[in-house]
Amino acid sequence: MKSLKEINERKESALQSLHGSDGLRVVVGMATCGLSAGANPVYQALKNGVEEKKLKHVAVSPTGCIGMCTYEPIVEVLNSDGSKITYVHMDEAKTKRVVEEHLEKGNPVKEYTVSGEMKNLEDLDFYKKQKRVVLKNCGAINPESIDEYIAVNGYQALAKVLLEMKPDDVIELLKASGLRGRGGAGFLTGQKWSFARKVEADQKYIICNADEGDPGAFMDRSVLEGDPHAILEAMAIGGYAIGASKGYIYIRAEYPVAVGRLKSAISQAKELGFLGDNIFGTDFSFDIEIRLGAGAFVCGEETALIASIEGKRGMSRNKPPFPAVSGLWGKPTCINNVETLANIPQIILNGPDWFRSFGTEKSAGTKVFALGGKVNNIGLVEIPMGITLREVVYEIGGGIPKGKAFKAVQTGGPSGGCITTADLDVPIDFDNLLAVGSMMGSGGMIVIDEDNCMVDIARFFLDFTVDESCGKCTPCREGTKRMLEILERITEGKGTDQDLVDLKDLAENIRITSLCALGQTAPNPVLSTMAHFMDEYIAHVKDHKCPAKVCKALIEFSINDKCTGCTLCARSCPAGAITGVLKEKHFIDKDICTRCGICVTTCKFQAIDVQ
Amino acid sequence: MNEVLKSSNDVLSEDKFLKLKDFISSLGNADGIAMPVLQEAQNIFGYLPLEVHKYISENINVSVAELYGITTFYSQFTLVPRGKHIVSVCLGTACYVKGARGLLDKCAELLGVEVGETTLDRQFSLQATRCLGCCGLAPVMTVDSDVYAQMDDLRKVKGILDKYREKEEEAS
Amino acid sequence: MEKVNLTINGIKVSVPSDYTVLMAAKEAGVEIPTLCYLKDINEIAACRVCLVEVDINGVPMRNLPASCVLQVQEGMDVRTNTPRVRKAIKMNVELILANHNRECLTCTRNHSCELQSLCEELGIDQVRFQGEKRKLTIDALSPSIIRDSSKCILCGRCIAACKNMQGIGVLDFTNRGFNTEVAPAFSYSMRDAACTYCGQCIIACPVAALRERQYIDDVFDAIADPDKYVIVQTAPAVRAALGEEFGMPMGTPVTGKMVASLKRLGFDKVFDTNFSADLTILEEGTELLSRLTKGGTLPMITSCSPGWIRFCEMNYPDFLDNLSTCKSPQQMFGALAKSYYAEKANIDPKKIVSVSIMPCTSKKDECKRPEMAVDGLMDVDYSLTTRELASMIKQAGIKFTDLADETPDLMMAEGTGAGVIFGTTGGVMEAALRTVADILTGEDLADIEYTPVRGLEGIKFASVTLPVDKVPTEIRVAIAHGTKNAANLLDAIRRGEVDVHFIEIMACPGGCVHGGGQPFVSSKLRCEIDPKTERARALY
Ligand SMILES: Cc1cc2nc3c(=O)[nH]c(=O)nc-3n(C[C@H](O)[C@H](O)[C@H](O)COP(=O)(O)O)c2cc1C
Ligand code: SF4
Ligand code: SF4
Ligand code: SF4
Ligand code: SF4
Ligand code: SF4
Ligand code: SF4
Ligand code: SF4
Ligand code: SF4
Ligand code: FES
Ligand code: FES
Ligand code: FES
Repeated sequence: MKSLKEINERKESALQSLHGSDGLRVVVGMATCGLSAGANPVYQALKNGVEEKKLKHVAVSPTGCIGMCTYEPIVEVLNSDGSKITYVHMDEAKTKRVVEEHLEKGNPVKEYTVSGEMKNLEDLDFYKKQKRVVLKNCGAINPESIDEYIAVNGYQALAKVLLEMKPDDVIELLKASGLRGRGGAGFLTGQKWSFARKVEADQKYIICNADEGDPGAFMDRSVLEGDPHAILEAMAIGGYAIGASKGYIYIRAEYPVAVGRLKSAISQAKELGFLGDNIFGTDFSFDIEIRLGAGAFVCGEETALIASIEGKRGMSRNKPPFPAVSGLWGKPTCINNVETLANIPQIILNGPDWFRSFGTEKSAGTKVFALGGKVNNIGLVEIPMGITLREVVYEIGGGIPKGKAFKAVQTGGPSGGCITTADLDVPIDFDNLLAVGSMMGSGGMIVIDEDNCMVDIARFFLDFTVDESCGKCTPCREGTKRMLEILERITEGKGTDQDLVDLKDLAENIRITSLCALGQTAPNPVLSTMAHFMDEYIAHVKDHKCPAKVCKALIEFSINDKCTGCTLCARSCPAGAITGVLKEKHFIDKDICTRCGICVTTCKFQAIDVQ
Repeated sequence: MNEVLKSSNDVLSEDKFLKLKDFISSLGNADGIAMPVLQEAQNIFGYLPLEVHKYISENINVSVAELYGITTFYSQFTLVPRGKHIVSVCLGTACYVKGARGLLDKCAELLGVEVGETTLDRQFSLQATRCLGCCGLAPVMTVDSDVYAQMDDLRKVKGILDKYREKEEEAS
Repeated sequence: MEKVNLTINGIKVSVPSDYTVLMAAKEAGVEIPTLCYLKDINEIAACRVCLVEVDINGVPMRNLPASCVLQVQEGMDVRTNTPRVRKAIKMNVELILANHNRECLTCTRNHSCELQSLCEELGIDQVRFQGEKRKLTIDALSPSIIRDSSKCILCGRCIAACKNMQGIGVLDFTNRGFNTEVAPAFSYSMRDAACTYCGQCIIACPVAALRERQYIDDVFDAIADPDKYVIVQTAPAVRAALGEEFGMPMGTPVTGKMVASLKRLGFDKVFDTNFSADLTILEEGTELLSRLTKGGTLPMITSCSPGWIRFCEMNYPDFLDNLSTCKSPQQMFGALAKSYYAEKANIDPKKIVSVSIMPCTSKKDECKRPEMAVDGLMDVDYSLTTRELASMIKQAGIKFTDLADETPDLMMAEGTGAGVIFGTTGGVMEAALRTVADILTGEDLADIEYTPVRGLEGIKFASVTLPVDKVPTEIRVAIAHGTKNAANLLDAIRRGEVDVHFIEIMACPGGCVHGGGQPFVSSKLRCEIDPKTERARALY
């Protein structure tokens, strides 16, 4: 690939083959979540069906994350005019019917569409407020095909940068766009690149941070699985801008699908000369290597990540010196998050003003969130910065299931905090979330309802950080453990007033004295739940009650008068704690009961009370 | 080491070491290769006993203690053989708020092991993982590469585990 | 170097721009507590005890940075004694204590423990937190070193000493988070790991998590046993450091008081290892000459440092033939004591208990090696460190500083004095060359001048021209101290880049004066003086 002309020609031919001869394109959502829900047999059935019936007018492609997990497996049939029909909850049999009726005969199968109403996903509230920039290609193109990427302007930004721009221009353009890092702290990407550019060195590196450790977040994974070339393209652009000839993608080993797609993308890009020596005939050369993590959350932290690539224990080191000055093997290194990078080719092509047209003054663009927890529409959502949490939870997310009451939203994962009803109308951006005591983080957004105990949630996150602390520095290694022990005591009803004081002192100390951001932010879930839900803490400590009825040591199961004596519970109780005679009220022996809660779900008459 | 090689026949067989050697050679003299080498070794041997540490140490010039420091740091490395089937329960936030803890407890109870342990018959190892990336299907558990979604109803667990047990029995 | 201006607690200082805040504070006369920091060896900012509050040109730094690694900047305003800083430091120490086996009264580091003195300095009067403690592992299988995880504070100083300084890497962090433990691979005993017993990790450790295996009670028992004839030898480096244990300035030679105290302790005879060191040199010089003239494996390498011998055996077995065949002075002395001396003094060798006082932890293992026995009698029965001797003196209630000097007993004619410089790096080499020169020319050797070789820092080279078989011959020599330097030298030889005839290798950096059995020098003091040079002064 030597010139713009060459890539444009390739684009034209790629566009041709996107659709079958008659303009039908069928895509199957085959990101991890789709695959887990059974997308593979669906894809096979489609392929086989189209082949057997020799449907030349149909092109079948796997694609990345379509965004709506609850509807997986999803199949979309696209016409060349852009209109489409979406089939949800597909399986092999349904697929066979779609092949016969729709693809062969041209009659869409209404009952397999959303709610059986021929609705498009785009028509759902879930999508209405979203703006897909980062996820533009996810769920649209085949991530395994470089031609499909080229068809949607892939590698045009790289061509433009290499052929028309100086490195400083690229950095200025990024600065003007106001793009801030999506990996957590929201540092201005243009500025980060300019630091790395300014340091003189014989060798520099750019690293894509694809460690995505926040438990309950999968934005980066979806981008990598759905649009891997965008990341490669952005890294090459970054390499050119800062003066690096080598890039690393540090990706967690738990993402085998993403790793596979990245590998194939790299080899395709090398084949076409988007990576390698003298890209586009310039004297810029750039290569990318993949390194796998091995299960350590702290390796998302820049210095720990670098240690890990260097083949060491992933322990953080003190900053400064910052990686931009002394990073991988002591060389200037720039580390960017996946989602940050995914924005870059589009910013280059469409310009900073276009990017600034989404989002707020200080937080331009969009942000992808993994919306999960107690919310009806679970999935990956990309919103322009500045819309409110209420819109996300109630409009996009469709509110809380089973008519339960909303309690809080947790953002920022183990480093973040929870946001309550009081702050639901705050527009989402980096600074506002910090101001209300949480943080943007990488994009995990978990909705919590009245059935969740906030002390237990805090305990959950502390359990995570204790597990994931690298163990190097005192406050984080020793302090978080003591916090966890206190929280465990409280959830067991053994907490004291002094525990609450100690908890706060520890939290403050760990925050201001830990070596790296893991420790510095580890107390946040506790501080924020203490700030908003002190009443729950006090209920555990003073009244020995868990208001949400979660903490096992503090609850009791008993059978009320609604019991019809159906015996179902007695038969399903694993502990054998329930006794009773057919058609008579049953009884739970509290000493035997292990508080597993199975009887509650079993009983059809709501006869089991939890106190 | 030859003693060990012979005594534990195929688990630490010589061709596995040769395979590892080939992999190490294929990396050339790249920097910081300890992690990829250990990862490959775990793929080959299934776990990383002392003999494998020593072998790697000799071949890549990193001390055994340092390698051990690495293998005990990252949760994916294992020093003991794991069961035939790996049962993982997701304890990511999305799964947790939807009751994954109960699911994990249930698996532990049915298998009779704690998290991180392997059943005596080496059939199952129980793990807790963090976010498998299908939060939409929470709570989620996996057995090997099979995903079991929306495991709200704990009564389903036994049947799932039995399926793998039976497979074993049939096979043997 | 460019200077940088900053204030520390309001005191203006101007320091080189590569200084850390900790170093700058010293200039300002401000003490900042530290724990994991060990100058030039361990600067990993792990303990979070050296915290300070900093504004840079009026902008406060986020959180409380660790001063031990924080580079100075123009316009910094550093505060070390605000309530916020004190509270934070105290809490971090409290957190360390909460996971520490606090039994100072019965601990070998009582009064030489950096954690203990830190608690005293900070006025720690409570440990609020209790809960799980680290898994207790005590490894006491080796004859030299005990590892006790319950005392470890995970400062990493031993790892840095062993891995970075000595180039060995027996110890490393294992596991992570709260389960972190410093241990050899697979939690093996240090006996079974590739440990040289050099003890550099012990003298790097601020607490009692690594300590020597003590034989004090065995020696006291032997002394008290009327049937035993207990003789003791003291190595040269001991006298250069023993005084430190009694508050004397570093570098004070205390030969006379040491001998006096040993006699008061009740040893039947107090000898000086110098005697056998002289013999070693004589033998070694002759051996070198013979290898040069009659042919033999060259370069010849000294064999008096057991730490080095273990290192060679485990890592460079192809150099075993290069080792001098001489026993080390300790063993040579022991062997002579139970043969030559026993016969001369008409004592049943079985009744002799031979004790050595050494600057070394590796000698404890050396004397227990099976080949170090004749007819089932060990050459040396117990090897004690300088620290153990100090403890015996204290236990016996001897007021060391008030003792009048005494002279050691003589086994044969007095030594030449060449042996005493064995204690420091280059000493053996120099003494041996002098011997060779003496044999060949009957004249004293001019001072040896060392030349550094690029790429081999820490290794010194020299050459002397002597008339071997009447032909003026250049004899090239090299000295390496510290096993890392030794490894570099041997690697260079393997690659054919270095061609010398004679090499002196000492396992400890600086040689025995800085051996693993020498008195502890706190990290604070190590910032100001280098024990290696201070103690070496006492030997010349
Ligand atoms: C404990 C910890 C975990 C982190 N995990 C991630 C992660 O999984 N992915 C990520 O991109 N950034 C993570 N970060 C943030 C990165 O250190 C870094 O700031 C980011 O990758 C920079 O990229 P950006 O500027 O594009 O945001 C983590 C930080 C900490 C302290
Ligand atoms: S804060 Fe935690 S993760 Fe970071 S260096 Fe300290 S112990 Fe390690
Ligand atoms: S299941 Fe419900 S109704 Fe039936 S016996 Fe149990 S409590 Fe009574
Ligand atoms: S909570 Fe569980 S153990 Fe208790 S009675 Fe119900 S089913 Fe049985
Ligand atoms: S190591 Fe120090 S603090 Fe710990 S018990 Fe011994 S003397 Fe006390
Ligand atoms: S100082 Fe206090 S605790 Fe220690 S021995 Fe004396 S009285 Fe006891
Ligand atoms: S004694 Fe020497 S070799 Fe052994 S662990 Fe300590 S420093 Fe390392
Ligand atoms: S053994 Fe001593 S030096 Fe090593 S980490 Fe523990 S306390 Fe520090
Ligand atoms: S240099 Fe001296 S103190 Fe160190 S191991 Fe050798 S003999 Fe012992
Ligand atoms: S639809 Fe994409 S992850 Fe679920
Ligand atoms: S939290 Fe379980 S799959 Fe994401
Ligand atoms: S952090 Fe500075 S001395 Fe430990």
